[in-house]
Amino acid sequence: MNTRGLRSQLKDSIPVAGLCPQGQYGVQDSLRSGFTSAKNELLPSHPLELSEKNFQLNQDKMNFSTLRNIQGLHAPLKLQMEYRAARQIQRLPFLPSSNLALDTLRGSDESIGFEDILNDPAQSEMMGEPHMMVEYKLGLL
Amino acid sequence: YALENIIHLKQIRHINIMLLISFVLMQDGVVLGADTRATSSEVVADKMCAKIHYIAPNIYCCGAGTAADTKKTTELLSSNLTIFSMNSGRNPRVVMAVNILQDMLYRYRGQIGANLLLGGVDCTGNHLYEVDPYGSVDKVPYIAMGSGDLAALGILEDGFKPDLELEKAKELVRAAIHAGIMSDLGSGNNIDICVITRRGVDYIRPYQDSEYKDNRYKKMKYKYRPGTTPVLTEKVVPLKLEVVQETVQQMDTA
Repeated sequence: MNTRGLRSQLKDSIPVAGLCPQGQYGVQDSLRSGFTSAKNELLPSHPLELSEKNFQLNQDKMNFSTLRNIQGLHAPLKLQMEYRAARQIQRLPFLPSSNLALDTLRGSDESIGFEDILNDPAQSEMMGEPHMMVEYKLGLL
Repeated sequence: YALENIIHLKQIRHINIMLLISFVLMQDGVVLGADTRATSSEVVADKMCAKIHYIAPNIYCCGAGTAADTKKTTELLSSNLTIFSMNSGRNPRVVMAVNILQDMLYRYRGQIGANLLLGGVDCTGNHLYEVDPYGSVDKVPYIAMGSGDLAALGILEDGFKPDLELEKAKELVRAAIHAGIMSDLGSGNNIDICVITRRGVDYIRPYQDSEYKDNRYKKMKYKYRPGTTPVLTEKVVPLKLEVVQETVQQMDTA
Protein backbone atom coordinates (compact mmCIF):
# COMPACT_ATOMS: atom_id res chain seq x y z
CA MET A 1 0.00 0.00 0.00
CA ASN A 2 1.24 3.42 -0.82
CA THR A 3 1.87 5.14 2.50
CA ARG A 4 3.51 8.27 1.18
CA GLY A 5 0.17 9.48 -0.02
CA LEU A 6 -0.58 11.58 -3.03
CA ARG A 7 2.71 13.45 -2.90
CA SER A 8 4.46 10.36 -4.19
CA GLN A 9 2.47 10.50 -7.40
CA LEU A 10 3.97 13.82 -8.40
CA LYS A 11 6.37 13.26 -11.23
CA ASP A 12 10.09 13.68 -10.64
CA SER A 13 11.02 14.51 -14.20
CA ILE A 14 9.49 15.24 -17.55
CA PRO A 15 10.95 14.95 -21.05
CA VAL A 16 12.20 18.35 -22.17
CA ALA A 17 10.04 19.55 -25.05
CA GLY A 18 12.71 21.53 -26.84
CA LEU A 19 15.01 18.60 -27.53
CA CYS A 20 12.45 16.05 -28.88
CA PRO A 21 9.26 17.88 -29.79
CA GLN A 22 6.17 15.77 -30.44
CA GLY A 23 4.82 17.71 -33.40
CA GLN A 24 5.45 17.20 -37.08
CA TYR A 25 8.72 18.23 -38.73
CA GLY A 26 10.41 18.33 -35.33
CA VAL A 27 8.66 21.53 -34.25
CA GLN A 28 6.71 22.00 -31.01
CA ASP A 29 3.03 21.50 -31.84
CA SER A 30 1.39 24.36 -29.92
CA LEU A 31 -2.03 23.76 -31.45
CA ARG A 32 -2.37 20.22 -30.12
CA SER A 33 -0.26 20.11 -27.01
CA GLY A 34 -0.32 23.73 -25.93
CA PHE A 35 2.51 25.95 -24.78
CA THR A 36 5.38 24.28 -22.98
CA SER A 37 5.61 24.80 -19.26
CA ALA A 38 7.68 22.54 -17.08
CA LYS A 39 5.69 23.60 -14.01
CA ASN A 40 2.40 22.40 -15.50
CA GLU A 41 3.85 18.98 -16.20
CA LEU A 42 5.42 18.48 -12.80
CA LEU A 43 2.98 20.11 -10.39
CA PRO A 44 -0.78 19.51 -10.36
CA SER A 45 -2.78 22.41 -11.76
CA HIS A 46 -5.73 21.83 -9.45
CA PRO A 47 -5.77 20.80 -5.79
CA LEU A 48 -7.97 17.84 -6.63
CA GLU A 49 -6.13 16.66 -9.74
CA LEU A 50 -4.11 13.86 -8.13
CA SER A 51 -6.93 12.85 -5.82
CA GLU A 52 -9.43 12.55 -8.67
CA LYS A 53 -7.07 10.81 -11.08
CA ASN A 54 -6.63 7.95 -8.65
CA PHE A 55 -10.01 8.05 -6.98
CA GLN A 56 -11.40 4.82 -8.43
CA LEU A 57 -8.10 3.05 -7.86
CA ASN A 58 -7.96 4.12 -4.22
CA GLN A 59 -11.56 3.16 -3.61
CA ASP A 60 -10.90 -0.28 -5.04
CA LYS A 61 -7.78 -0.69 -2.93
CA MET A 62 -9.67 0.25 0.22
CA ASN A 63 -12.58 -2.04 -0.57
CA PHE A 64 -10.37 -5.00 -1.41
CA SER A 65 -8.30 -4.49 1.69
CA THR A 66 -11.41 -4.41 3.89
CA LEU A 67 -12.79 -7.46 2.11
CA ARG A 68 -9.54 -9.31 2.66
CA ASN A 69 -9.64 -8.54 6.36
CA ILE A 70 -13.22 -9.68 6.73
CA GLN A 71 -13.49 -12.69 4.44
CA GLY A 72 -9.96 -13.80 3.75
CA LEU A 73 -7.69 -13.65 0.75
CA HIS A 74 -9.94 -15.56 -1.64
CA ALA A 75 -12.64 -12.86 -1.77
CA PRO A 76 -10.58 -10.03 -3.28
CA LEU A 77 -8.72 -12.50 -5.51
CA LYS A 78 -11.91 -13.82 -7.07
CA LEU A 79 -13.31 -10.35 -7.48
CA GLN A 80 -10.14 -9.05 -9.07
CA MET A 81 -10.18 -11.95 -11.49
CA GLU A 82 -13.69 -10.99 -12.53
CA TYR A 83 -12.64 -7.35 -12.91
CA ARG A 84 -9.76 -8.31 -15.16
CA ALA A 85 -12.02 -10.43 -17.33
CA ALA A 86 -14.62 -7.67 -17.60
CA ARG A 87 -11.97 -5.08 -18.41
CA GLN A 88 -10.99 -7.03 -21.52
CA ILE A 89 -14.40 -6.65 -23.11
CA GLN A 90 -13.76 -3.64 -25.29
CA ARG A 91 -14.64 -2.36 -28.73
CA LEU A 92 -12.02 -1.53 -31.33
CA PRO A 93 -9.40 0.88 -29.99
CA PHE A 94 -10.71 4.04 -31.65
CA LEU A 95 -14.36 3.52 -30.61
CA PRO A 96 -15.78 4.32 -27.16
CA SER A 97 -16.62 1.19 -25.16
CA SER A 98 -19.61 0.93 -22.88
CA ASN A 99 -17.82 -1.10 -20.17
CA LEU A 100 -21.18 -2.50 -19.12
CA ALA A 101 -19.82 -5.62 -17.42
CA LEU A 102 -17.26 -3.59 -15.49
CA ASP A 103 -19.91 -1.08 -14.41
CA THR A 104 -22.21 -3.83 -13.23
CA LEU A 105 -19.45 -5.45 -11.19
CA ARG A 106 -18.53 -2.14 -9.63
CA GLY A 107 -22.11 -1.13 -8.98
CA SER A 108 -21.70 2.13 -10.85
CA ASP A 109 -24.44 1.21 -13.34
CA GLU A 110 -26.98 2.31 -10.73
CA SER A 111 -25.62 5.76 -10.03
CA ILE A 112 -24.97 8.88 -12.08
CA GLY A 113 -21.84 10.90 -11.43
CA PHE A 114 -19.94 13.66 -13.13
CA GLU A 115 -18.06 11.14 -15.26
CA ASP A 116 -21.36 10.24 -16.94
CA ILE A 117 -22.33 13.80 -17.75
CA LEU A 118 -19.02 15.46 -18.56
CA ASN A 119 -16.41 14.30 -21.05
CA ASP A 120 -18.79 12.04 -22.94
CA PRO A 121 -16.56 10.06 -25.35
CA ALA A 122 -19.37 10.08 -27.93
CA GLN A 123 -19.00 13.87 -28.13
CA SER A 124 -15.23 13.95 -28.15
CA GLU A 125 -13.71 16.22 -30.78
CA MET A 126 -10.59 14.16 -31.32
CA MET A 127 -10.59 10.67 -32.71
CA GLY A 128 -7.66 8.38 -33.14
CA GLU A 129 -6.63 7.37 -36.63
CA PRO A 130 -8.50 4.01 -36.97
CA HIS A 131 -6.01 2.06 -39.10
CA MET A 132 -2.98 3.07 -37.07
CA MET A 133 -4.66 2.33 -33.76
CA VAL A 134 -5.75 -1.13 -34.80
CA GLU A 135 -2.30 -1.89 -36.23
CA TYR A 136 -0.68 -0.70 -33.01
CA LYS A 137 -2.98 -2.89 -30.96
CA LEU A 138 -2.26 -5.95 -33.09
CA GLY A 139 1.44 -5.28 -32.84
CA LEU A 140 1.95 -4.78 -36.56
CA LEU A 141 3.13 -1.20 -36.22
CA TYR B 1 -19.59 32.41 6.04
CA ALA B 2 -19.63 36.15 5.65
CA LEU B 3 -15.85 36.43 5.43
CA GLU B 4 -15.59 33.54 3.06
CA ASN B 5 -18.10 35.13 0.78
CA ILE B 6 -16.26 38.43 0.69
CA ILE B 7 -13.03 36.82 -0.39
CA HIS B 8 -14.89 34.80 -2.95
CA LEU B 9 -16.38 37.90 -4.49
CA LYS B 10 -13.11 39.64 -5.16
CA GLN B 11 -11.63 36.74 -7.05
CA ILE B 12 -14.21 35.35 -9.43
CA ARG B 13 -17.27 36.91 -10.91
CA HIS B 14 -19.51 33.89 -11.27
CA ILE B 15 -23.12 33.84 -10.26
CA ASN B 16 -23.46 33.38 -6.55
CA ILE B 17 -26.58 32.68 -4.70
CA MET B 18 -25.86 34.61 -1.54
CA LEU B 19 -29.20 33.84 -0.38
CA LEU B 20 -31.34 33.43 2.47
CA ILE B 21 -33.11 30.21 3.16
CA SER B 22 -34.71 28.98 6.27
CA PHE B 23 -36.50 25.86 7.33
CA VAL B 24 -38.75 25.06 10.19
CA LEU B 25 -39.98 21.71 11.43
CA MET B 26 -43.63 21.97 12.23
CA GLN B 27 -46.29 19.67 13.55
CA ASP B 28 -46.81 17.42 10.57
CA GLY B 29 -44.26 18.54 8.06
CA VAL B 30 -41.53 20.91 7.07
CA VAL B 31 -41.71 24.50 5.87
CA LEU B 32 -38.96 25.76 3.61
CA GLY B 33 -38.52 29.36 2.56
CA ALA B 34 -36.13 31.23 0.33
CA ASP B 35 -35.66 34.60 -1.30
CA THR B 36 -35.18 34.85 -5.06
CA ARG B 37 -32.10 36.91 -5.70
CA ALA B 38 -28.93 35.66 -7.39
CA THR B 39 -25.97 38.04 -7.51
CA SER B 40 -22.81 38.25 -9.53
CA SER B 41 -20.55 40.41 -7.37
CA GLU B 42 -22.49 43.69 -6.97
CA VAL B 43 -24.99 43.09 -9.75
CA VAL B 44 -28.25 41.24 -9.33
CA ALA B 45 -28.02 38.46 -11.88
CA ASP B 46 -31.44 36.93 -11.44
CA LYS B 47 -34.44 38.51 -9.74
CA MET B 48 -36.66 35.47 -9.84
CA CYS B 49 -34.30 32.59 -9.34
CA ALA B 50 -35.66 29.35 -7.93
CA LYS B 51 -33.65 28.28 -4.93
CA ILE B 52 -35.88 25.49 -3.72
CA HIS B 53 -34.97 22.43 -5.78
CA TYR B 54 -36.88 19.21 -6.21
CA ILE B 55 -35.12 16.10 -5.01
CA ALA B 56 -37.93 13.59 -4.59
CA PRO B 57 -41.72 13.91 -4.30
CA ASN B 58 -41.30 14.14 -0.54
CA ILE B 59 -37.91 15.83 -0.30
CA TYR B 60 -37.01 19.36 -1.31
CA CYS B 61 -33.68 21.11 -1.01
CA CYS B 62 -32.60 24.72 -0.77
CA GLY B 63 -29.22 25.66 -2.11
CA ALA B 64 -26.89 28.54 -1.25
CA GLY B 65 -23.45 29.21 -2.66
CA THR B 66 -22.54 28.99 -6.32
CA ALA B 67 -25.70 28.79 -8.43
CA ALA B 68 -24.44 26.22 -10.93
CA ASP B 69 -23.01 23.99 -8.22
CA THR B 70 -26.23 23.83 -6.23
CA LYS B 71 -28.33 23.22 -9.33
CA LYS B 72 -26.15 20.44 -10.73
CA THR B 73 -25.57 18.76 -7.40
CA THR B 74 -29.28 18.66 -6.60
CA GLU B 75 -30.06 17.33 -10.07
CA LEU B 76 -27.50 14.56 -9.69
CA LEU B 77 -28.85 13.78 -6.24
CA SER B 78 -32.40 13.65 -7.55
CA SER B 79 -31.43 11.31 -10.40
CA ASN B 80 -29.53 8.98 -8.10
CA LEU B 81 -32.40 8.84 -5.62
CA THR B 82 -34.90 8.10 -8.38
CA ILE B 83 -32.75 5.26 -9.69
CA PHE B 84 -32.38 3.89 -6.19
CA SER B 85 -36.08 4.03 -5.41
CA MET B 86 -36.93 2.34 -8.72
CA ASN B 87 -34.38 -0.39 -8.00
CA SER B 88 -35.46 -1.09 -4.46
CA GLY B 89 -39.16 -0.25 -4.76
CA ARG B 90 -38.99 2.01 -1.70
CA ASN B 91 -39.66 5.70 -1.28
CA PRO B 92 -36.48 7.66 -0.73
CA ARG B 93 -35.70 8.85 2.79
CA VAL B 94 -34.07 12.12 3.71
CA VAL B 95 -31.09 10.34 5.31
CA MET B 96 -30.36 8.62 1.99
CA ALA B 97 -30.18 11.95 0.23
CA VAL B 98 -27.97 13.34 2.96
CA ASN B 99 -25.56 10.43 2.76
CA ILE B 100 -25.25 10.60 -1.01
CA LEU B 101 -24.62 14.34 -0.79
CA GLN B 102 -22.09 13.96 1.97
CA ASP B 103 -20.08 11.39 0.01
CA MET B 104 -20.10 13.49 -3.12
CA LEU B 105 -19.17 16.76 -1.44
CA TYR B 106 -16.43 15.23 0.69
CA ARG B 107 -14.88 13.63 -2.37
CA TYR B 108 -14.46 17.05 -3.93
CA ARG B 109 -13.08 18.59 -0.73
CA GLY B 110 -15.25 21.68 -0.73
CA GLN B 111 -14.47 22.70 -4.32
CA ILE B 112 -18.16 22.33 -5.08
CA GLY B 113 -19.60 25.45 -3.47
CA ALA B 114 -22.97 24.11 -2.45
CA ASN B 115 -24.50 24.79 0.96
CA LEU B 116 -27.64 22.71 0.98
CA LEU B 117 -30.55 22.44 3.34
CA LEU B 118 -32.53 19.25 2.85
CA GLY B 119 -35.98 18.88 4.24
CA GLY B 120 -38.60 16.25 3.78
CA VAL B 121 -41.18 13.91 5.14
CA ASP B 122 -40.68 10.18 4.90
CA CYS B 123 -41.88 7.04 6.65
CA THR B 124 -39.66 7.77 9.65
CA GLY B 125 -40.93 11.29 10.22
CA ASN B 126 -40.07 14.91 9.35
CA HIS B 127 -36.42 15.72 8.93
CA LEU B 128 -34.26 18.76 8.37
CA TYR B 129 -30.56 18.48 7.54
CA GLU B 130 -27.88 21.01 6.73
CA VAL B 131 -24.93 20.00 4.52
CA ASP B 132 -21.82 22.17 4.16
CA PRO B 133 -19.62 22.27 1.04
CA TYR B 134 -16.99 20.20 2.80
CA GLY B 135 -19.47 17.48 3.63
CA SER B 136 -20.35 18.07 7.27
CA VAL B 137 -23.94 17.35 8.21
CA ASP B 138 -26.13 18.77 10.95
CA LYS B 139 -29.64 17.64 11.89
CA VAL B 140 -31.63 20.62 13.12
CA PRO B 141 -35.20 21.63 14.01
CA TYR B 142 -34.81 25.03 12.33
CA ILE B 143 -32.01 26.68 10.39
CA ALA B 144 -31.19 29.66 8.23
CA MET B 145 -28.31 29.80 5.81
CA GLY B 146 -26.78 32.27 3.44
CA SER B 147 -25.50 35.78 3.62
CA GLY B 148 -28.59 37.02 5.43
CA ASP B 149 -28.76 34.18 7.91
CA LEU B 150 -27.92 36.20 11.02
CA ALA B 151 -31.03 38.35 10.85
CA ALA B 152 -33.22 35.40 9.91
CA LEU B 153 -31.82 33.23 12.67
CA GLY B 154 -32.68 35.92 15.19
CA ILE B 155 -36.33 35.79 14.17
CA LEU B 156 -36.30 32.00 14.14
CA GLU B 157 -34.70 31.72 17.57
CA ASP B 158 -37.29 34.07 18.98
CA GLY B 159 -40.36 32.58 17.39
CA PHE B 160 -39.64 28.87 17.10
CA LYS B 161 -41.58 26.44 19.25
CA PRO B 162 -41.75 22.70 18.71
CA ASP B 163 -44.92 21.52 16.92
CA LEU B 164 -46.05 24.75 15.35
CA GLU B 165 -49.23 24.84 13.28
CA LEU B 166 -49.02 25.31 9.55
CA GLU B 167 -50.04 28.95 9.33
CA LYS B 168 -47.85 30.01 12.23
CA ALA B 169 -44.88 28.15 10.73
CA LYS B 170 -45.38 29.79 7.34
CA GLU B 171 -45.63 33.20 8.98
CA LEU B 172 -42.48 32.55 11.00
CA VAL B 173 -40.48 31.56 7.93
CA ARG B 174 -41.81 34.52 5.99
CA ALA B 175 -40.88 36.91 8.80
CA ALA B 176 -37.40 35.40 9.05
CA ILE B 177 -36.73 35.79 5.35
CA HIS B 178 -38.17 39.25 5.32
CA ALA B 179 -35.79 40.27 8.10
CA GLY B 180 -32.90 38.82 6.12
CA ILE B 181 -33.97 40.62 2.95
CA MET B 182 -34.14 43.92 4.77
CA SER B 183 -30.71 43.66 6.36
CA ASP B 184 -28.64 42.04 3.64
CA LEU B 185 -27.69 43.19 0.16
CA GLY B 186 -27.23 39.68 -1.15
CA SER B 187 -30.85 38.75 -0.55
CA GLY B 188 -33.96 40.30 -1.93
CA ASN B 189 -36.92 40.29 -4.26
CA ASN B 190 -39.67 37.76 -3.69
CA ILE B 191 -40.15 35.10 -1.06
CA ASP B 192 -40.86 31.49 -2.02
CA ILE B 193 -42.35 29.04 0.43
CA CYS B 194 -42.55 25.27 0.12
CA VAL B 195 -44.62 23.21 2.55
CA ILE B 196 -43.99 19.48 2.65
CA THR B 197 -46.41 17.27 4.54
CA ARG B 198 -47.33 13.63 4.44
CA ARG B 199 -50.24 14.50 2.17
CA GLY B 200 -48.12 16.29 -0.39
CA VAL B 201 -46.11 19.31 -1.34
CA ASP B 202 -47.32 22.88 -1.66
CA TYR B 203 -44.73 24.95 -3.53
CA ILE B 204 -45.93 28.56 -3.36
CA ARG B 205 -43.91 30.68 -5.69
CA PRO B 206 -44.02 33.56 -4.94
CA TYR B 207 -45.48 33.57 -1.47
CA GLN B 208 -44.89 37.26 -1.14
CA ASP B 209 -43.95 39.68 -3.87
CA SER B 210 -41.36 42.30 -3.17
CA GLU B 211 -42.69 45.83 -2.60
CA TYR B 212 -40.19 47.20 -5.06
CA LYS B 213 -41.29 45.00 -7.92
CA ASP B 214 -40.97 46.51 -11.35
CA ASN B 215 -44.59 46.94 -12.47
CA ARG B 216 -43.67 48.11 -15.90
CA TYR B 217 -43.26 44.52 -17.07
CA LYS B 218 -46.98 43.96 -16.92
CA LYS B 219 -47.65 47.00 -19.10
CA MET B 220 -44.83 46.50 -21.58
CA LYS B 221 -45.79 44.01 -24.19
CA TYR B 222 -43.35 42.98 -26.86
CA LYS B 223 -45.89 41.31 -29.11
CA TYR B 224 -47.28 43.67 -31.72
CA ARG B 225 -50.53 42.97 -33.46
CA PRO B 226 -50.41 42.58 -37.26
CA GLY B 227 -50.86 45.95 -38.94
CA THR B 228 -48.88 47.97 -36.39
CA THR B 229 -46.25 48.77 -38.97
CA PRO B 230 -47.96 50.27 -42.05
CA VAL B 231 -47.13 48.57 -45.35
CA LEU B 232 -46.15 51.14 -47.99
CA THR B 233 -45.54 49.00 -51.11
CA GLU B 234 -45.57 45.34 -51.95
CA LYS B 235 -43.80 43.67 -54.86
CA VAL B 236 -43.90 39.94 -55.64
CA VAL B 237 -41.27 38.42 -57.97
CA PRO B 238 -41.63 34.69 -58.69
CA LEU B 239 -38.30 32.87 -58.84
CA LYS B 240 -37.60 31.03 -62.06
CA LEU B 241 -36.26 27.58 -61.19
CA GLU B 242 -34.90 25.20 -63.81
CA VAL B 243 -34.51 21.50 -63.23
CA VAL B 244 -30.79 20.74 -63.56
CA GLN B 245 -30.62 17.08 -62.66
CA GLU B 246 -33.12 14.45 -61.77
CA THR B 247 -32.28 11.10 -60.21
CA VAL B 248 -34.75 8.42 -59.27
CA GLN B 249 -33.89 5.90 -56.59
CA GLN B 250 -36.13 2.90 -56.07
CA MET B 251 -37.24 2.36 -52.49
CA ASP B 252 -36.79 -1.18 -51.28
CA THR B 253 -40.29 -2.05 -50.18
CA ALA B 254 -39.78 -5.84 -50.00
